[in-house]
Amino acid sequence: MRHLIRELEAICGRERVVTHAHALRTFESDGLLHYKGTPLAAALPDSAEEVQALVRVCHDARIPWVARGSGTGLSGGAVPVDDGILIVLSRMRRIIEIDLENQRIVVEPGVTNAEVGRAVGPGHFYPPDPSSQIICSIGGNVAENSGGAHCFKYGFTTNYVTGLEVVLSNGEMATLGGKELDGPGYDLIGVFVGSEGTLGIATKITLRVVPTPETTRTLVAYFDGTDSAGRTVSDIVAGGIIPAAIEMMDSLSMQACEEATHAGYPPEAGAALVIELDGPEAECAPLFEDVIAICEASHATGMRIAQDEAERALIWKTRKAAFAAMGRITPNYYVQDGVVPRTRLPEALRRIDELSEEYGLKVANVFHAGDGNLHPLICYDASHGGEPERAEELAGLIVAMCVELGGSITGEHGVGVDKKRYLSKMFSEDDLDAFHRVRCAFDPGGLANPTKVMPTPRLCGEVPGPYRRHPLERAGLAERF
Amino acid sequence: MTAVHCVTPTTPEDASEVMRAAAATATNVRPRGAGTKFGWGRPIDEPNLEISTARLDRIIEHNEGDLTAVLEAGVPLQRAQEAFARAGQMLTLDPPLGDNDAATIGGIVATADQGPLRHRYGACRDLLLGVTVVLPDGTLARSGGKVIKNVAGYDLAKLYAGSFGTLGLIVEVIVRLQPQPVKQLTLMCETDDAESFPRAPLLLSHAALEMDCLDVGWRDGTGTLMALFRGAFPEGRAQAAARLLEPTGMTVTTTEGVAPWAEQRARQRASEGAVVRVSGRATDLFTVIECAQRTGATLVGRAGLGISWLSLPASEPNTLISAIEEMRSELSPRACVLLDAPEEVRAGVDVWGREHDEGALALMRRVKSRFDPAGLCSPGRFLGGI
Ligand SMILES: Cc1cc2nc3c(=O)[nH]c(=O)nc-3n(C[C@H](O)[C@H](O)[C@H](O)COP(=O)(O)OP(=O)(O)OC[C@H]3O[C@@H](n4cnc5c(N)ncnc54)[C@H](O)[C@@H]3O)c2cc1C
Repeated sequence: MRHLIRELEAICGRERVVTHAHALRTFESDGLLHYKGTPLAAALPDSAEEVQALVRVCHDARIPWVARGSGTGLSGGAVPVDDGILIVLSRMRRIIEIDLENQRIVVEPGVTNAEVGRAVGPGHFYPPDPSSQIICSIGGNVAENSGGAHCFKYGFTTNYVTGLEVVLSNGEMATLGGKELDGPGYDLIGVFVGSEGTLGIATKITLRVVPTPETTRTLVAYFDGTDSAGRTVSDIVAGGIIPAAIEMMDSLSMQACEEATHAGYPPEAGAALVIELDGPEAECAPLFEDVIAICEASHATGMRIAQDEAERALIWKTRKAAFAAMGRITPNYYVQDGVVPRTRLPEALRRIDELSEEYGLKVANVFHAGDGNLHPLICYDASHGGEPERAEELAGLIVAMCVELGGSITGEHGVGVDKKRYLSKMFSEDDLDAFHRVRCAFDPGGLANPTKVMPTPRLCGEVPGPYRRHPLERAGLAERF
Repeated sequence: MTAVHCVTPTTPEDASEVMRAAAATATNVRPRGAGTKFGWGRPIDEPNLEISTARLDRIIEHNEGDLTAVLEAGVPLQRAQEAFARAGQMLTLDPPLGDNDAATIGGIVATADQGPLRHRYGACRDLLLGVTVVLPDGTLARSGGKVIKNVAGYDLAKLYAGSFGTLGLIVEVIVRLQPQPVKQLTLMCETDDAESFPRAPLLLSHAALEMDCLDVGWRDGTGTLMALFRGAFPEGRAQAAARLLEPTGMTVTTTEGVAPWAEQRARQRASEGAVVRVSGRATDLFTVIECAQRTGATLVGRAGLGISWLSLPASEPNTLISAIEEMRSELSPRACVLLDAPEEVRAGVDVWGREHDEGALALMRRVKSRFDPAGLCSPGRFLGGI
């Protein structure tokens, strides 16, 4: 153990290897505070070479490790594995290259999402915009395939990563893709993005950026309930309009936001939709009129159209503050993340209401309605005996309902530790077996974030038999079919 | 060469049974769609068994309200598009479809083929929400789902898109659809000025014009630039684009017809000669056109993406081989993948090229051995002998 720490220190320097129990508490959880772990040490490398050396040491000593970006994850993905090493990438914050001519930016993993946006602006922008964008790292975004409010039109992290340099758990480095698209070979970038730190550590990331839209128009429309708001979402999309964002808030989340930001939401409204269109003025202006007409036809009880950038910023600030604002109406809350097909939204919301009633726990809904990505916030009071457990049970039922309606157990927060037990609600043993093969190809020793994603631990074993290019062909066998 | 035995399963479970039996007897297998891209990849020995998706051809779901669809792999893309069109929707995937528009969705995904719409909507990988595959040992596995946002589990759809049948059989795909545009307008212009032409597309790709397609062509000393604007009000954007092109001095015309795009797509294929796909950067167009001129090739390209197809006219195999080698050495380190070409030519060069990142290649081999340890599915067809 001592020896191992000394090896880590030899790589990063003493001051960048944290071993004191007290100091390690900074890293014990990610954004989901109820999962905790204590690593042997946390190392803060400065370069890809240092990451590689750290991973090698772990490989030789057969010690598991966990990569950590900014620790904002909401599924426990960056929670340290007890007696493993935590590799914290937040010092690797260099922007390596901005190549706007080719619409690419090359960064180290610790660069934040917002820094990427700033670096390529104002002429270009980087579309995936998680609400945590000021803090969360691009490495974390890659690992979680993060999305945001604008993903309905623009897509997710996976649609923007064109190149990755990754350190694999055996200490080898691989360069996947680059600035160019469609190179030969398996799409390993596609497999790595969203793999939650279980396939290796991204040490250099090449992203595609796009021209900043000419105009943006934003409105908030109020409805008497989530049913009519939900139908409006479907009507807009069915009308061939692809908004940059459509976000829904129910009355409870509006109430919380109102207390936090005093944005002026009407207290009697049952639901609100934040709708944003962006694009060329010539296209955007008339379509925005169409959206207004659709909202009116769907009996919107009121509408607020952003008149300038300041008003638009306020609308978004209010929406993005929703999670934080919940603290004003409940002592504790649990954020769930599930997806249903968009047309099932009204039904899903009704069932959440019923469950909320049954459990006697309030549930606020604020979510990416265009994608059908729900974020029910389950309110509870930890000082009331049994409430945390009931909240968790309720959260589990909501996820099960999402799967039943043809959706997913997670739209953007990932499986991590939190949702491992639900993964088999969505996937069969055979599906999980296929996932496991991917993992074994990248990390046969099971050292990379080992206790995450898969519901039960599995070993990889040797590949049966050597790799064979031209297997024996046995004549006559085809007749059996 | 032994005759290939072909089976045509009618359900995914059937396909899984066939594959399981093949694995049990160490039988070499090749998936078959419509066969329009059989000539791609390294030439390999004929397999003992072909599993055809001809009868896995149902459109299982078209969820109009959700703009998603579930298709069996053998569905010809054209037929799916017709079904979607009846609901005013489309799959934004427009590769060349081969004779009789036969290309199946499974074959297109397996080869990651593409067309001009790649500019805005991405490649197959970006349009897939989920996939069901039969692994080389017969395991029937699914990844992804039917919703447009989903991060549960590993994304096998991306792994199988472009895997050329080396990881088993794709039996079903789930795709995201888009509403069909109300109107469309194509802006076109031409020039013979090889010096200034390559910068013209950049004028457009750097503007917020929301083009669906941005393609170029170069043949017989003339360059063509074409941009597709679709939506409710494409005129304003097309006019803005024309203004941006004014400094180039090119004469700009617009058309509502789609014929130029069909032609552009068709030029990604060749029944004789050879086609090489170059993965470069948007700013590489000048270099790639120069190379095309020097080797006597014509070019079509996705100008905003830096992807080009160089097409060499029919010639002796050895002449083609040396032209391909010349392209590769001139364009290195850009990947130059040989697509359509006579078998002698494909046998005479490495169709995938030689310059691959060592680490990436090692990883690809490990993926192959975990999915197909006995090496039964299209062995040798892919790069690095995979
Ligand atoms: C208030 C709030 C709002 C949020 N809103 C959104 C939202 O709108 N959309 C959304 O998608 N998410 C959202 N999140 C979740 C979270 O911010 C994202 O998942 C984010 O991408 C995590 O980034 P991070 O740097 O904090 O990663 P961490 O939490 O540090 O790590 C997350 C995972 O990534 C792995 N990892 C980190 N860096 C690397 C690397 N370089 N290579 C390989 N693996 C790595 C870790 O091992 C871990 O499994 C929100 C979180 C909070 C707290």
